[in-house]
Amino acid sequence: MPKIKAPARSPHIDMTPMVDLFSLLLTFFMLTTSFRPQEAAPIETPSSVSEKQAPDNDIMTIYIAKDGKVFFNIDNGKDTSTHFRVKLLEKMAEQYKLTFTKKELDKFSKMAGFGMPIKNLKAWIDASEPKVRDKLQEGIPMDSTDNQLAWWVRMARLTNLSAEVAIKGDAETDYTSVKKIMDLLQENKVNKFNLVTNLQKDEVSLKDLPK
Amino acid sequence: MGEIIVEEKGKKGGKRKAKKHSTRIDMTPMVDLMCLLITFFMLTTAFSKPKVMVITMPEKDTPEDKNRPEIPKNRTLNILLTEGHKVYYYIGIADPKKPAEMPQLIKTDFSKDGIRKFLLIKNKDLFTKIAEYRDKRVTGKTVVADTTADSAIKKMKKEDQKGPIVLIKANEKAKYKDMVDIIDEMAICNIASYAVVDPSPVELEMLKTAPK
Repeated sequence: MPKIKAPARSPHIDMTPMVDLFSLLLTFFMLTTSFRPQEAAPIETPSSVSEKQAPDNDIMTIYIAKDGKVFFNIDNGKDTSTHFRVKLLEKMAEQYKLTFTKKELDKFSKMAGFGMPIKNLKAWIDASEPKVRDKLQEGIPMDSTDNQLAWWVRMARLTNLSAEVAIKGDAETDYTSVKKIMDLLQENKVNKFNLVTNLQKDEVSLKDLPK
Repeated sequence: MGEIIVEEKGKKGGKRKAKKHSTRIDMTPMVDLMCLLITFFMLTTAFSKPKVMVITMPEKDTPEDKNRPEIPKNRTLNILLTEGHKVYYYIGIADPKKPAEMPQLIKTDFSKDGIRKFLLIKNKDLFTKIAEYRDKRVTGKTVVADTTADSAIKKMKKEDQKGPIVLIKANEKAKYKDMVDIIDEMAICNIASYAVVDPSPVELEMLKTAPK
């Protein structure tokens, strides 16, 4: 009887289609990506039915973490020549009699949200390791004697006249801490806020109307 | 696949050997790299941009401000928020000077049959009007631009004279989520006028004795 020989198959698989697909996906992701901004604290926003998108520019965000710590962020503005962050820091430095070098100002303009007493801000900017930086994020003080958050808001509004205010609070934050921020904003003549939420569809139609 | 024949020169000038080189390139490292990059972009990308809910707070008024609009008593719906995601409501005004007319707190929750049902019943006319208008747009009976529709709905809300005027009050034990949820209910139920205000001492007292 003749032996049945299994035909020798090449172990090589043609990977071309796979590579094609991957390159497509890669191109797609590279083009559509907008990087998630780095956040000072993990914040899980509550959900709502609102479909209004958060503006990209001219917005200052106040983050309220679960434990009531408050962080602040502002963007550089739509135009690359505005440098709102640098201007804001210069104003704050003047207010608190601090000095920042040109290098520090530049570095600050590229950084994200922050939350610490302003005297520690320099250390935060200069810190080279993320670990050191995270440790400094202890929240912006809001005592009645030295309400630094109020100054940040005030100066930010002077720097960028068209800036809107967004509040990004964690769902489990106490209402009192949010209330405190809202009162502070109202004292500074901000009566319109954007509350950052997740979209969760929940519709009621005519049929659902109770009789 | 095409093949290229590479000629090699023999050292001794003897026979010339044609050696075959495969044109297949090992693509595995490339695929590896691409996988990594794709994973990286997929994880860092922020697909859904965050949404915002706009709320406008009433301007802080001074005590001497006498031009405050009078709110009809039977249209005032007070919603009180407190710990444990509980919702209490009452209609009218809690006036400590008239203990006989003290309203009772009614307990409910954030579920579909909770506060929403009550709000829908209270706001039935306006809700029906807006829902019908929206339905007409969805089915294509009326064709208008988004901005026109928005202003039409705004106008309906402004003209409404029957719906409740909701006052949202949260005590210090409420969570931020409760407030967002209740404002969200206002949007779902198309409530024309609502405001977030501070609870009065009477109301805080009422919450203490409210049914658990």
